[in-house]
Amino acid sequence: MKGIEEQEFDQRIDFSIWKRIIRYAMRHKGIVIGICSIMIVVSAIDIVYPLLSKYAIDNFVEAGRLDGLWVFALVYLGFIAIQSTGVFLFVTGASKLEMDISYDIRQDAFTKLQKLSFSYYDKTPVGYLMARMVSDVARLSEMIAWSIVDLFWSLMYMFGVMAVMFTLNWKLALLVMVVIPPLAVLCVIFQRLILKHQRIVRKTNSRITGAFNEGIMGAMTTKTLVRERQNTEEFVELTGEMKRASVRSAVLSYIFMPLVMMLGSFGTALALYKGGQAVLLSSIGQGTIFGVIGFGTLSAFISYTRSFFEPIQSLARILAEFQSAQASAERVISLLDQPCEIEDTPEVEAKYGDAFTPKTENWEPLIGDVEFRDVCFAYKGGEKVLENFNLHVRPGETIALVGETGAGKSTIVNLVCRFYEPTSGEILIDGRDYRERSQLWLQRNLGYVLQQPHLFSGTIRDNIAYAKKDATLEDVRRAARMVHAEEFILKQENGYDTEVGEGGVRLSTGEKQLVSFARVILADPKIFVLDEATSSIDTETEQLIQNAITTVLKGRTSFIVAHRLSTIRNADRILVIRNGRITEAGTHGELLKLNGYYYNLYTNQFREEASGAILS
Amino acid sequence: MESSEKKKKLNLKLVGRMMYGSKRYIIAGALAMTIAVIASYISPIIISFTVDYVIGDTGNSELPQFVMDWIERMGGREMLVKNIFLCAAALIVSTFINALATHFRGRFVSLASENMAKKLRDALYEHLQLVPYDYHKHVSTGDLVQRCTSDVDTVRRFVSMQLIEVLRTLVMLVVACVIMYSMNVKMALASTFTLPILLISSFLYFKKVRSQFVLSDEAEGKLSATLQENLTGVRVVRAFGQQKAEIDKFTADNKDFKDKTFKLQKMLALYWGLTDGIGYVQIGVSLCAGTYFAVTSDFSLGQLLIFTTYTGMLTWPVRQLGRILADMGKASVSLGRIDEILSYPVEAEPGAALTPPIKGDIEFRHVCFGYDKFDDVLKDISFTAKEGTTVAILGSTGSGKSSLVQLLQRLYTCTAGEILIGGVNINDIEHEHLRRNIGIVLQEPFLYSRTIMENIKIVDPNIEDEAVYEAARVASVHDVIESFENGYETIVGEKGVTLSGGQKQRVAIARMLMQNAPILVFDDSMSAVDTETDAAIREALKRRRKDSTTFIISHRITTLCEADNILVLENGRLVQQGTHEQLLKQDGLYKRIAQIQNLLEGELKQERGEAL
Repeated sequence: MKGIEEQEFDQRIDFSIWKRIIRYAMRHKGIVIGICSIMIVVSAIDIVYPLLSKYAIDNFVEAGRLDGLWVFALVYLGFIAIQSTGVFLFVTGASKLEMDISYDIRQDAFTKLQKLSFSYYDKTPVGYLMARMVSDVARLSEMIAWSIVDLFWSLMYMFGVMAVMFTLNWKLALLVMVVIPPLAVLCVIFQRLILKHQRIVRKTNSRITGAFNEGIMGAMTTKTLVRERQNTEEFVELTGEMKRASVRSAVLSYIFMPLVMMLGSFGTALALYKGGQAVLLSSIGQGTIFGVIGFGTLSAFISYTRSFFEPIQSLARILAEFQSAQASAERVISLLDQPCEIEDTPEVEAKYGDAFTPKTENWEPLIGDVEFRDVCFAYKGGEKVLENFNLHVRPGETIALVGETGAGKSTIVNLVCRFYEPTSGEILIDGRDYRERSQLWLQRNLGYVLQQPHLFSGTIRDNIAYAKKDATLEDVRRAARMVHAEEFILKQENGYDTEVGEGGVRLSTGEKQLVSFARVILADPKIFVLDEATSSIDTETEQLIQNAITTVLKGRTSFIVAHRLSTIRNADRILVIRNGRITEAGTHGELLKLNGYYYNLYTNQFREEASGAILS
Repeated sequence: MESSEKKKKLNLKLVGRMMYGSKRYIIAGALAMTIAVIASYISPIIISFTVDYVIGDTGNSELPQFVMDWIERMGGREMLVKNIFLCAAALIVSTFINALATHFRGRFVSLASENMAKKLRDALYEHLQLVPYDYHKHVSTGDLVQRCTSDVDTVRRFVSMQLIEVLRTLVMLVVACVIMYSMNVKMALASTFTLPILLISSFLYFKKVRSQFVLSDEAEGKLSATLQENLTGVRVVRAFGQQKAEIDKFTADNKDFKDKTFKLQKMLALYWGLTDGIGYVQIGVSLCAGTYFAVTSDFSLGQLLIFTTYTGMLTWPVRQLGRILADMGKASVSLGRIDEILSYPVEAEPGAALTPPIKGDIEFRHVCFGYDKFDDVLKDISFTAKEGTTVAILGSTGSGKSSLVQLLQRLYTCTAGEILIGGVNINDIEHEHLRRNIGIVLQEPFLYSRTIMENIKIVDPNIEDEAVYEAARVASVHDVIESFENGYETIVGEKGVTLSGGQKQRVAIARMLMQNAPILVFDDSMSAVDTETDAAIREALKRRRKDSTTFIISHRITTLCEADNILVLENGRLVQQGTHEQLLKQDGLYKRIAQIQNLLEGELKQERGEAL
């Protein structure tokens, strides 16, 4: 879990990471250019407003006449119309860009996830991936799209205001601008500090969420242990921490804001003081170092100095946001860049096609002969699970794998499915190393039923037809009937069109299993893998499932990680796996005769299962 | 209608309770906010005074008379013309007051809102600990956590941002209107006439656009669900080679989310564009009218500057106000959801709440129990257990075994009959005292997310480590723990290592032993432990706690047969009780199970014989 911990905030901006993200924005060059040009117009009009006031003061108020006020009003209205349209367009454009970026990144990441090997899934929790795909992507695309808006507006506005001020009176402009450098420094420092504190608040908040979760999930245990008071006391401490952190973070903002106000007012005060002096002196005909200044210029300067800190603040915010979102960007990029451990060679891909565009016309039919030849296997960074493992399974044979958890049963099954590949040695299918064919070739010929059967939300029919989307209702029903699933399906509210809910929650475990067997029957694979459930289901369904298994096994090479006695007994060959090796092999009868591990396992299990059957 | 009215009142009461102790912060915050608003209005006046009176020499001044008198005494306009920096300094001082007041406003308001949030969280947590267990059976964890986190945050934001923002906007409006209307009514009208339009239209707009928000949220939910299903079902996807189909499905959801959100954003864009337009029209009208009045009447340039500045200052907060008002309903809903939790009654003492010394003599007298009125889970259960004896319970799923032992701890209260411990009705025993004296291990025990050591010591952190090791040995889990990389310091639970079911059960047994309770209950709590370890644990327990009265729920005949008294439950009725020998002589569930074992062993021998 360590590797996926949140990274520290204090770090330099890594441009190579951001380049990758920004490239997503550049896929929509038209919108980006559009936004930028609109922002130029919008910020220009923002700059024009004080100039319009200046014009009104100079030409009407100061001159004491009203000629042309209507024209002026119309021009003003015209600017407003352009401005409003500009706002509408840039908000639309930025939203479009935001949605396009997140759409594209999600699309790419999802495609990547469909190719990544199981070693990646083994060490990466689903929650982690969900957070990357949902919140990180949303955050990044929002940031990129709106940063373009803010960045362009701020820069244009800042330089525009500077330009106007310099044109109006370059000396006064220069004087007023002394507040900019300290303002910039202040903004950068505080934005970073504030983000850092906000992060502490967020972390504490997630601890509070965890505590609530635990307090609720563990309610019964807490009651039996009489821990209500202590739990609450501990929690109160945590919320105290939260309060302090939140107040600290808020106070920091409320130090920053007033400071910015103060600095801004220094600028205005300077304009008022020196500018006012100049106006006074000009009005009595005296020259000043600022030259001649009128009221209009003065009022324009005052407005500009009052709005000057806005773009600087927003630039500092963008900078800080990039810093704080760096970790998100890195995580998303690392997902996109994740190498696939199992990949088809270019030659294989050329002949058989990839996972999305298979060239089925070149696919040889799979017969079902599976052979492990001196296979060694170790999970990444782990101990060897299999060593020089040899096994030859004939087409149609049923192999039951028994043994303790961690003995290597699941590994063997995973290797057969090519979810993993051997570290050394080879696995032959129909006499050829399976790496000489594409992954999809094997997997389209594979049926797999998990311990906890996994259904997708949708109808029962959708689920049975999962691997064969073009199956007719009759095909689906035939498959369901073969595994005796139709009876329960027809009892459901909408029969085959009953929604199973997310993950199949609306069906019982037994029913889910029956549906997944029907799914295999319809797909009609040559190799079948079953990871049998340990938990017992009610006797009646149990019987149905046993019958279903018998049906499914017919005519397929099957590997079963077996827990049920009847399944084990009916297998063609039982392999007892201990520490990655086959310690006992043979039929049920042969193994009992050995009076070894299998014998013990069998008798113990028998007892439990028999009384379990009566009591359930 | 009436109930919603009632709910609103209730909510305010709750807010009041949670605000208790923060009142001074609220008052101080409101005060600081008012000062800040007033100070912010002074700056434009200073500027206009400087422009009009000092520089322009128009004789116009917006300053109140007493200030003018004071200025006259100090040397009047002449003095200010010579020392124009004094005007600039006044501007800085007024900004300084504004800045200082803004700072304190922020500090006090955040203190108030965080205090309140803390109180809410603490109250919720404590309440959830103290409600009867029955409550937890009927609610979903996700929903509760959501209420305790997001809903609390909604209320917190309401206090820290929305409430204060509404207040601020109102104060601003009042102060600005007072100043503007007292200066020039016509100008004031020209400068504020769009504000009501802006306020109402943004309010209505956000009410209306909410349905699109919901659509976008739902689309995002669907996208997440599809993603989650793909990720959790990755094996199935690959095993059937359905990557292409999965991508198609995801693409459809991704596109739907994109389109719906974009539609929402477009509506927002329209809103921003239009209200920006209205806002600027307002400023423009103010400017043009001001210019007109300045030329045609005695309206001064300084006043014009004041009006345009104030108009600018008012327009954007008013637009926001509409949005906030539209959002405020959310806080009310959140408060209602929080209140729903807090108003559920906590576990009460039905009787005398005695704390007698507890020994292991237990008697059930005609005990009945049901989770609801219509369906009894336990019917007329009577038996006695002497101190130091072991009672085993056998029954099929749903026969009421777990309910029976949970009644003993009063996690539920019996609906009829009584349970006596040492002759005292348990309803008269204080529940914490009762539970401390009954150690129970659940079938699926819960471990807190902290170290194993802390978990075992949970009832008393002062226990010696040695005692923990001892208990872990009794529970046959010491060696297992030692084999972990961090030993007893291994963090378990949600944020730590996941232990197997059997390991969890054994850690829970060790934890329970730390209670040194005279009554022990094992609710099928060795089901995930293999039979040999099960036997070893029971053997060790017997040695260590020979005086305890022990209840064991199990399916294993080897466990059951050693008990002093075996209770057989069927559909909530006690159908048989007695020792192993006695029950073997009667027809019934126990005999059937015992026989099956022998029978199967015989069959096994036969099978081996054939194989030979």
